[in-house]
Amino acid sequence: MSDDQSLLSRRNALKCMAYGGAGTLFVLSGGVFTPIDLAMAAGYKQGAAKLGKPLFVQISDTHIGFNKEANPDVNGTLSQTIDLVNGMSDQPALIIHTGDITHLSKPAEFDLAQQLFTRLRTTEMHTVPGEHDTTDATVTEYFNRFGKASDNKGYYSFDHAGVHFIGLINVLQFKPGGLGTLGEEQLAWVATDLKGRSASTPIVVFAHMPLWTIYEPWGWGTGDADQLMSQLRRFGSVTVLNGHIHQIVQKVEGNMTFHTARSTSYPQPVAGVGSGPAPLKVPADQLAAMLGITSVSVVKHPSALALNDTALA
Amino acid sequence: MAILGAMEVYIPSAAETSDTTTILAKDFMFNPSPLTVKAGSTVTWTNKDDEPHTVVSDAGIFKSGGMDTNESFSYKFDKPGTYHFTCSIHPRMVGTIVVQ
Repeated sequence: MSDDQSLLSRRNALKCMAYGGAGTLFVLSGGVFTPIDLAMAAGYKQGAAKLGKPLFVQISDTHIGFNKEANPDVNGTLSQTIDLVNGMSDQPALIIHTGDITHLSKPAEFDLAQQLFTRLRTTEMHTVPGEHDTTDATVTEYFNRFGKASDNKGYYSFDHAGVHFIGLINVLQFKPGGLGTLGEEQLAWVATDLKGRSASTPIVVFAHMPLWTIYEPWGWGTGDADQLMSQLRRFGSVTVLNGHIHQIVQKVEGNMTFHTARSTSYPQPVAGVGSGPAPLKVPADQLAAMLGITSVSVVKHPSALALNDTALA
Repeated sequence: MAILGAMEVYIPSAAETSDTTTILAKDFMFNPSPLTVKAGSTVTWTNKDDEPHTVVSDAGIFKSGGMDTNESFSYKFDKPGTYHFTCSIHPRMVGTIVVQ
Protein backbone atom coordinates (compact mmCIF):
# COMPACT_ATOMS: atom_id res chain seq x y z
CA MET A 1 0.00 0.00 0.00
CA SER A 2 2.95 2.36 0.46
CA ASP A 3 3.07 3.06 -3.29
CA ASP A 4 -0.46 4.34 -3.07
CA GLN A 5 0.23 6.75 -0.28
CA SER A 6 1.38 9.41 -2.73
CA LEU A 7 -2.11 9.36 -4.21
CA LEU A 8 -3.96 9.48 -1.01
CA SER A 9 -4.04 13.17 -0.51
CA ARG A 10 -7.06 13.79 1.63
CA ARG A 11 -6.82 17.49 0.95
CA ASN A 12 -7.01 16.98 -2.80
CA ALA A 13 -9.80 14.48 -2.49
CA LEU A 14 -11.84 16.78 -0.33
CA LYS A 15 -11.21 19.64 -2.72
CA CYS A 16 -12.48 17.46 -5.52
CA MET A 17 -15.61 16.54 -3.59
CA ALA A 18 -16.29 20.12 -2.62
CA TYR A 19 -16.34 21.23 -6.23
CA GLY A 20 -17.99 18.05 -7.51
CA GLY A 21 -15.14 17.91 -10.03
CA ALA A 22 -13.91 15.07 -12.17
CA GLY A 23 -14.78 12.53 -9.51
CA THR A 24 -13.44 10.87 -6.45
CA LEU A 25 -12.05 7.42 -6.17
CA PHE A 26 -12.60 5.48 -2.97
CA VAL A 27 -10.34 2.61 -2.09
CA LEU A 28 -11.35 0.22 0.61
CA SER A 29 -8.56 -2.10 1.62
CA GLY A 30 -8.34 -3.98 4.88
CA GLY A 31 -11.22 -1.93 6.21
CA VAL A 32 -9.54 1.41 5.50
CA PHE A 33 -11.52 3.62 3.19
CA THR A 34 -9.62 6.41 1.50
CA PRO A 35 -10.74 8.95 -1.06
CA ILE A 36 -8.42 9.74 -3.96
CA ASP A 37 -8.76 12.46 -6.55
CA LEU A 38 -9.86 10.61 -9.67
CA ALA A 39 -7.82 12.80 -11.99
CA MET A 40 -4.71 12.02 -9.95
CA ALA A 41 -5.47 8.32 -10.03
CA ALA A 42 -5.96 8.44 -13.78
CA GLY A 43 -2.52 9.98 -14.18
CA TYR A 44 -0.94 7.22 -12.16
CA LYS A 45 -1.26 4.14 -14.32
CA GLN A 46 0.33 1.68 -11.95
CA GLY A 47 -2.00 2.79 -9.19
CA ALA A 48 -5.04 2.68 -11.44
CA ALA A 49 -4.21 -0.86 -12.51
CA LYS A 50 -4.34 -1.91 -8.88
CA LEU A 51 -8.00 -1.04 -8.80
CA GLY A 52 -8.73 -4.25 -10.62
CA LYS A 53 -11.63 -5.22 -12.81
CA PRO A 54 -14.80 -3.23 -12.23
CA LEU A 55 -17.26 -5.37 -10.34
CA PHE A 56 -20.37 -3.26 -10.67
CA VAL A 57 -21.60 0.25 -11.30
CA GLN A 58 -24.17 1.92 -9.09
CA ILE A 59 -26.72 4.17 -10.79
CA SER A 60 -29.24 6.01 -8.66
CA ASP A 61 -32.17 8.39 -8.66
CA THR A 62 -32.75 8.58 -12.40
CA HIS A 63 -36.20 10.17 -11.74
CA ILE A 64 -37.49 9.57 -15.25
CA GLY A 65 -40.49 11.89 -15.67
CA PHE A 66 -38.93 14.84 -13.81
CA ASN A 67 -39.03 17.93 -16.04
CA LYS A 68 -38.53 20.93 -13.78
CA GLU A 69 -35.96 23.70 -13.92
CA ALA A 70 -33.35 21.78 -11.92
CA ASN A 71 -32.92 19.49 -14.95
CA PRO A 72 -35.40 19.64 -17.84
CA ASP A 73 -33.62 16.72 -19.56
CA VAL A 74 -33.25 13.77 -17.16
CA ASN A 75 -33.41 11.40 -20.14
CA GLY A 76 -30.37 13.15 -21.58
CA THR A 77 -28.34 13.00 -18.38
CA LEU A 78 -29.21 9.31 -17.91
CA SER A 79 -28.15 8.77 -21.49
CA GLN A 80 -24.81 10.49 -20.78
CA THR A 81 -24.42 8.29 -17.72
CA ILE A 82 -25.01 5.21 -19.84
CA ASP A 83 -22.41 6.45 -22.36
CA LEU A 84 -19.95 6.88 -19.48
CA VAL A 85 -20.53 3.30 -18.30
CA ASN A 86 -20.45 1.90 -21.84
CA GLY A 87 -17.17 3.72 -22.40
CA MET A 88 -15.38 2.04 -19.49
CA SER A 89 -12.47 -0.01 -20.84
CA ASP A 90 -13.44 -2.93 -18.62
CA GLN A 91 -17.18 -3.38 -18.54
CA PRO A 92 -18.64 -3.98 -15.09
CA ALA A 93 -20.31 -7.33 -14.56
CA LEU A 94 -23.40 -5.80 -12.98
CA ILE A 95 -25.37 -2.60 -12.71
CA ILE A 96 -27.09 -1.79 -9.41
CA HIS A 97 -29.84 0.83 -9.42
CA THR A 98 -30.56 2.13 -5.93
CA GLY A 99 -34.05 3.43 -6.65
CA ASP A 100 -36.17 6.34 -7.70
CA ILE A 101 -36.05 4.95 -11.20
CA THR A 102 -39.08 7.14 -11.92
CA HIS A 103 -40.34 10.41 -10.54
CA LEU A 104 -44.07 9.62 -10.16
CA SER A 105 -44.40 5.82 -10.55
CA LYS A 106 -46.22 6.28 -13.85
CA PRO A 107 -46.30 3.34 -16.28
CA ALA A 108 -44.95 5.53 -19.11
CA GLU A 109 -42.02 6.63 -16.90
CA PHE A 110 -41.11 3.04 -16.04
CA ASP A 111 -41.41 2.03 -19.69
CA LEU A 112 -39.15 4.85 -20.83
CA ALA A 113 -36.60 4.06 -18.11
CA GLN A 114 -36.50 0.42 -19.15
CA GLN A 115 -36.10 1.45 -22.76
CA LEU A 116 -33.16 3.72 -21.87
CA PHE A 117 -31.52 0.99 -19.76
CA THR A 118 -31.45 -1.36 -22.75
CA ARG A 119 -28.57 0.74 -24.14
CA LEU A 120 -26.30 -0.41 -21.32
CA ARG A 121 -23.66 -2.85 -22.59
CA THR A 122 -23.82 -4.56 -19.21
CA THR A 123 -27.19 -6.26 -19.28
CA GLU A 124 -27.44 -7.60 -15.74
CA MET A 125 -29.19 -4.98 -13.63
CA HIS A 126 -30.35 -5.30 -10.03
CA THR A 127 -32.74 -2.77 -8.55
CA VAL A 128 -34.45 -1.69 -5.35
CA PRO A 129 -37.35 0.78 -5.38
CA GLY A 130 -37.32 4.32 -4.07
CA GLU A 131 -40.32 6.04 -2.53
CA HIS A 132 -40.92 7.78 -5.87
CA ASP A 133 -41.35 4.33 -7.47
CA THR A 134 -44.11 3.27 -5.09
CA THR A 135 -46.60 6.16 -5.13
CA ASP A 136 -49.08 4.51 -7.50
CA ALA A 137 -52.33 3.56 -5.79
CA THR A 138 -51.74 -0.17 -5.94
CA VAL A 139 -47.91 -0.09 -5.61
CA THR A 140 -47.67 -2.50 -8.52
CA GLU A 141 -45.98 -0.59 -11.36
CA TYR A 142 -42.47 -1.16 -9.95
CA PHE A 143 -43.08 -4.76 -8.96
CA ASN A 144 -44.68 -5.66 -12.31
CA ARG A 145 -41.40 -4.75 -13.98
CA PHE A 146 -38.68 -5.32 -11.39
CA GLY A 147 -40.33 -7.55 -8.78
CA LYS A 148 -39.30 -10.93 -10.16
CA ALA A 149 -35.90 -11.10 -8.43
CA SER A 150 -37.51 -10.66 -5.03
CA ASP A 151 -40.76 -12.56 -5.65
CA ASN A 152 -42.45 -9.14 -5.33
CA LYS A 153 -41.14 -8.65 -1.79
CA GLY A 154 -38.58 -5.99 -2.70
CA TYR A 155 -35.70 -7.70 -0.85
CA TYR A 156 -33.42 -10.45 -2.16
CA SER A 157 -29.82 -11.59 -2.31
CA PHE A 158 -27.42 -13.03 -4.85
CA ASP A 159 -23.75 -13.87 -5.19
CA HIS A 160 -21.27 -12.69 -7.75
CA ALA A 161 -17.48 -13.11 -7.89
CA GLY A 162 -17.40 -14.26 -4.27
CA VAL A 163 -19.28 -11.17 -3.08
CA HIS A 164 -22.68 -11.56 -1.41
CA PHE A 165 -25.15 -8.86 -2.48
CA ILE A 166 -28.28 -8.01 -0.49
CA GLY A 167 -30.95 -5.69 -1.91
CA LEU A 168 -33.34 -4.23 0.67
CA ILE A 169 -36.52 -2.15 0.58
CA ASN A 170 -37.00 0.63 3.13
CA VAL A 171 -39.56 2.88 1.44
CA LEU A 172 -42.88 1.13 2.02
CA GLN A 173 -43.66 1.03 5.72
CA PHE A 174 -43.27 4.74 6.33
CA LYS A 175 -44.32 6.13 9.68
CA PRO A 176 -45.67 9.69 10.01
CA GLY A 177 -42.83 11.99 10.99
CA GLY A 178 -40.40 9.11 10.72
CA LEU A 179 -37.54 7.63 8.79
CA GLY A 180 -37.50 4.73 6.34
CA THR A 181 -38.32 1.31 7.73
CA LEU A 182 -37.09 -2.21 6.98
CA GLY A 183 -39.62 -4.01 9.16
CA GLU A 184 -39.54 -7.20 11.23
CA GLU A 185 -40.21 -9.58 8.36
CA GLN A 186 -37.36 -8.27 6.24
CA LEU A 187 -34.92 -8.17 9.17
CA ALA A 188 -35.79 -11.78 9.99
CA TRP A 189 -35.14 -12.71 6.36
CA VAL A 190 -31.70 -11.04 6.50
CA ALA A 191 -30.84 -13.10 9.59
CA THR A 192 -31.73 -16.28 7.70
CA ASP A 193 -29.87 -15.12 4.60
CA LEU A 194 -26.66 -14.44 6.54
CA LYS A 195 -26.82 -17.51 8.75
CA GLY A 196 -23.82 -19.79 8.28
CA ARG A 197 -22.09 -17.38 5.92
CA SER A 198 -18.34 -17.03 6.49
CA ALA A 199 -17.28 -13.75 8.08
CA SER A 200 -14.69 -13.41 5.31
CA THR A 201 -17.40 -13.11 2.63
CA PRO A 202 -17.45 -9.54 1.32
CA ILE A 203 -20.98 -8.16 1.69
CA VAL A 204 -22.60 -5.43 -0.38
CA VAL A 205 -25.93 -4.15 0.95
CA PHE A 206 -27.97 -1.77 -1.16
CA ALA A 207 -31.22 0.06 -0.48
CA HIS A 208 -32.72 3.36 -1.57
CA MET A 209 -32.88 5.41 1.60
CA PRO A 210 -29.68 5.74 3.63
CA LEU A 211 -29.21 2.85 6.08
CA TRP A 212 -27.63 5.27 8.54
CA THR A 213 -29.09 8.48 9.83
CA ILE A 214 -27.70 11.38 7.86
CA TYR A 215 -30.37 13.96 8.71
CA GLU A 216 -33.42 12.93 10.64
CA PRO A 217 -35.53 16.10 10.10
CA TRP A 218 -35.58 15.33 6.38
CA GLY A 219 -36.10 11.62 6.88
CA TRP A 220 -32.61 10.82 5.60
CA GLY A 221 -32.18 7.55 7.41
CA THR A 222 -33.79 4.23 8.31
CA GLY A 223 -35.35 3.91 11.76
CA ASP A 224 -34.58 0.24 12.35
CA ALA A 225 -31.23 0.09 10.51
CA ASP A 226 -29.43 -0.69 13.79
CA GLN A 227 -31.04 -4.13 13.77
CA LEU A 228 -29.54 -4.70 10.33
CA MET A 229 -26.08 -3.40 11.27
CA SER A 230 -25.86 -5.65 14.32
CA GLN A 231 -26.22 -8.61 11.96
CA LEU A 232 -23.56 -7.33 9.56
CA ARG A 233 -20.95 -6.33 12.12
CA ARG A 234 -19.26 -9.75 12.24
CA PHE A 235 -18.29 -9.58 8.56
CA GLY A 236 -14.82 -8.42 7.55
CA SER A 237 -15.89 -6.24 4.62
CA VAL A 238 -19.33 -4.65 4.40
CA THR A 239 -20.19 -2.01 1.82
CA VAL A 240 -23.53 -0.24 2.26
CA LEU A 241 -24.81 1.65 -0.78
CA ASN A 242 -27.76 4.02 -0.91
CA GLY A 243 -29.24 6.77 -3.05
CA HIS A 244 -32.10 9.09 -2.13
CA ILE A 245 -30.17 12.22 -1.15
CA HIS A 246 -28.65 12.96 -4.57
CA GLN A 247 -25.15 13.66 -3.26
CA ILE A 248 -22.15 11.79 -1.96
CA VAL A 249 -22.00 11.30 1.78
CA GLN A 250 -19.92 8.57 3.35
CA LYS A 251 -18.67 7.19 6.61
CA VAL A 252 -16.64 4.27 7.87
CA GLU A 253 -17.58 2.35 10.98
CA GLY A 254 -15.33 -0.59 11.79
CA ASN A 255 -15.30 -2.82 8.70
CA MET A 256 -18.41 -1.16 7.32
CA THR A 257 -18.28 1.50 4.64
CA PHE A 258 -21.40 3.58 4.03
CA HIS A 259 -21.81 5.49 0.80
CA THR A 260 -24.66 7.40 -0.80
CA ALA A 261 -24.45 8.03 -4.54
CA ARG A 262 -25.08 11.03 -6.69
CA SER A 263 -28.20 11.09 -8.80
CA THR A 264 -28.20 11.04 -12.60
CA SER A 265 -31.13 13.51 -12.61
CA TYR A 266 -30.78 16.52 -10.31
CA PRO A 267 -28.83 17.53 -7.20
CA GLN A 268 -30.37 18.16 -3.78
CA PRO A 269 -29.25 20.57 -1.07
CA VAL A 270 -26.85 19.66 1.69
CA ALA A 271 -28.74 18.44 4.78
CA GLY A 272 -30.70 21.20 6.50
CA VAL A 273 -30.14 23.89 3.87
CA GLY A 274 -33.51 25.28 2.81
CA SER A 275 -37.05 24.16 3.61
CA GLY A 276 -36.60 20.60 2.47
CA PRO A 277 -34.94 18.19 0.04
CA ALA A 278 -36.23 19.94 -3.09
CA PRO A 279 -34.53 19.77 -6.48
CA LEU A 280 -31.52 22.09 -6.32
CA LYS A 281 -31.26 24.56 -9.18
CA VAL A 282 -27.69 25.19 -10.27
CA PRO A 283 -26.29 26.97 -13.34
CA ALA A 284 -26.47 24.68 -16.39
CA ASP A 285 -22.70 24.49 -16.72
CA GLN A 286 -22.41 23.14 -13.17
CA LEU A 287 -25.13 20.51 -13.37
CA ALA A 288 -23.15 17.66 -14.93
CA ALA A 289 -20.47 17.88 -12.25
CA MET A 290 -23.14 17.26 -9.61
CA LEU A 291 -24.54 14.14 -11.26
CA GLY A 292 -22.85 10.81 -11.65
CA ILE A 293 -22.26 7.16 -10.87
CA THR A 294 -20.33 4.97 -8.47
CA SER A 295 -18.34 2.00 -9.66
CA VAL A 296 -16.97 -0.71 -7.43
CA SER A 297 -13.95 -2.83 -8.25
CA VAL A 298 -12.37 -5.79 -6.60
CA VAL A 299 -8.99 -4.65 -5.29
CA LYS A 300 -6.24 -7.27 -5.42
CA HIS A 301 -7.61 -9.39 -2.64
CA PRO A 302 -11.23 -10.43 -3.13
CA SER A 303 -12.19 -9.28 0.35
CA ALA A 304 -11.42 -5.68 -0.52
CA LEU A 305 -13.66 -3.49 -2.62
CA ALA A 306 -12.93 -0.07 -4.05
CA LEU A 307 -15.57 2.58 -4.65
CA ASN A 308 -15.05 5.06 -7.42
CA ASP A 309 -17.34 8.03 -8.00
CA THR A 310 -17.49 9.60 -11.42
CA ALA A 311 -19.31 12.80 -12.27
CA LEU A 312 -20.80 13.42 -15.73
CA ALA A 313 -18.39 16.32 -16.20
CA MET B 1 -40.48 30.01 -9.27
CA ALA B 2 -39.87 32.54 -6.51
CA ILE B 3 -41.74 35.16 -8.50
CA LEU B 4 -44.67 32.83 -9.10
CA GLY B 5 -44.75 32.04 -5.41
CA ALA B 6 -44.91 35.68 -4.47
CA MET B 7 -47.80 36.32 -6.82
CA GLU B 8 -50.01 33.65 -5.38
CA VAL B 9 -52.90 34.90 -3.32
CA TYR B 10 -52.31 32.84 -0.26
CA ILE B 11 -53.91 33.34 3.11
CA PRO B 12 -51.78 31.90 5.87
CA SER B 13 -53.22 29.33 8.22
CA ALA B 14 -54.28 30.57 11.64
CA ALA B 15 -57.53 28.96 10.56
CA GLU B 16 -59.34 27.23 13.36
CA THR B 17 -62.66 27.05 11.63
CA SER B 18 -62.90 28.36 8.11
CA ASP B 19 -64.57 27.79 4.80
CA THR B 20 -61.20 26.98 3.36
CA THR B 21 -61.24 23.52 1.92
CA THR B 22 -57.89 23.74 0.19
CA ILE B 23 -54.67 22.57 1.80
CA LEU B 24 -51.42 23.49 0.11
CA ALA B 25 -48.35 21.31 0.19
CA LYS B 26 -45.69 23.98 0.05
CA ASP B 27 -42.12 24.19 1.32
CA PHE B 28 -42.54 20.65 2.65
CA MET B 29 -45.47 21.58 4.91
CA PHE B 30 -49.23 21.13 4.74
CA ASN B 31 -51.00 24.41 5.33
CA PRO B 32 -53.43 25.10 6.92
CA SER B 33 -53.22 22.36 9.47
CA PRO B 34 -55.22 21.56 11.44
CA LEU B 35 -58.11 22.42 9.17
CA THR B 36 -61.66 22.29 10.52
CA VAL B 37 -64.53 21.71 8.07
CA LYS B 38 -68.19 20.76 8.26
CA ALA B 39 -69.28 17.21 7.53
CA GLY B 40 -69.94 16.82 3.84
CA SER B 41 -67.09 19.13 2.83
CA THR B 42 -64.66 18.21 0.11
CA VAL B 43 -61.04 19.00 0.89
CA THR B 44 -58.58 19.52 -1.94
CA TRP B 45 -54.83 19.24 -1.49
CA THR B 46 -52.64 20.99 -4.08
CA ASN B 47 -48.90 20.55 -4.41
CA LYS B 48 -47.02 23.85 -4.82
CA ASP B 49 -43.51 22.37 -4.53
CA ASP B 50 -41.17 21.26 -7.31
CA GLU B 51 -40.99 17.92 -5.51
CA PRO B 52 -43.94 15.50 -5.68
CA HIS B 53 -46.02 14.89 -2.58
CA THR B 54 -48.71 12.42 -1.59
CA VAL B 55 -51.58 12.52 0.88
CA VAL B 56 -52.10 9.29 2.78
CA SER B 57 -54.56 8.89 5.65
CA ASP B 58 -52.88 7.40 8.72
CA ALA B 59 -55.98 5.27 9.22
CA GLY B 60 -55.97 4.12 5.60
CA ILE B 61 -59.17 6.01 4.71
CA PHE B 62 -57.86 7.96 1.72
CA LYS B 63 -54.72 7.93 -0.39
CA SER B 64 -53.58 10.06 -3.31
CA GLY B 65 -51.10 9.00 -5.92
CA GLY B 66 -47.94 11.02 -6.43
CA MET B 67 -48.98 14.63 -7.06
CA ASP B 68 -46.61 16.57 -9.27
CA THR B 69 -46.34 20.37 -9.10
CA ASN B 70 -49.79 22.00 -9.21
CA GLU B 71 -51.59 18.67 -9.22
CA SER B 72 -54.41 18.11 -6.74
CA PHE B 73 -56.23 15.39 -4.87
CA SER B 74 -59.69 15.69 -3.28
CA TYR B 75 -61.61 13.71 -0.70
CA LYS B 76 -65.14 14.23 0.63
CA PHE B 77 -65.49 13.98 4.41
CA ASP B 78 -68.97 12.77 5.32
CA LYS B 79 -68.35 11.64 8.88
CA PRO B 80 -67.33 13.88 11.77
CA GLY B 81 -64.00 13.01 13.32
CA THR B 82 -60.29 13.79 13.33
CA TYR B 83 -58.29 12.66 10.32
CA HIS B 84 -54.49 12.60 10.33
CA PHE B 85 -52.56 12.37 7.09
CA THR B 86 -48.93 12.15 5.92
CA CYS B 87 -46.92 12.53 2.73
CA SER B 88 -45.53 9.06 2.12
CA ILE B 89 -42.57 10.49 0.21
CA HIS B 90 -41.69 12.91 3.03
CA PRO B 91 -43.15 11.37 6.20
CA ARG B 92 -42.25 14.39 8.29
CA MET B 93 -45.00 16.25 6.38
CA VAL B 94 -48.09 15.60 8.48
CA GLY B 95 -51.47 17.29 8.78
CA THR B 96 -54.84 17.03 10.47
CA ILE B 97 -58.42 17.65 9.38
CA VAL B 98 -61.19 18.00 11.95
CA VAL B 99 -64.63 17.29 10.54
CA GLN B 100 -67.53 18.67 12.62
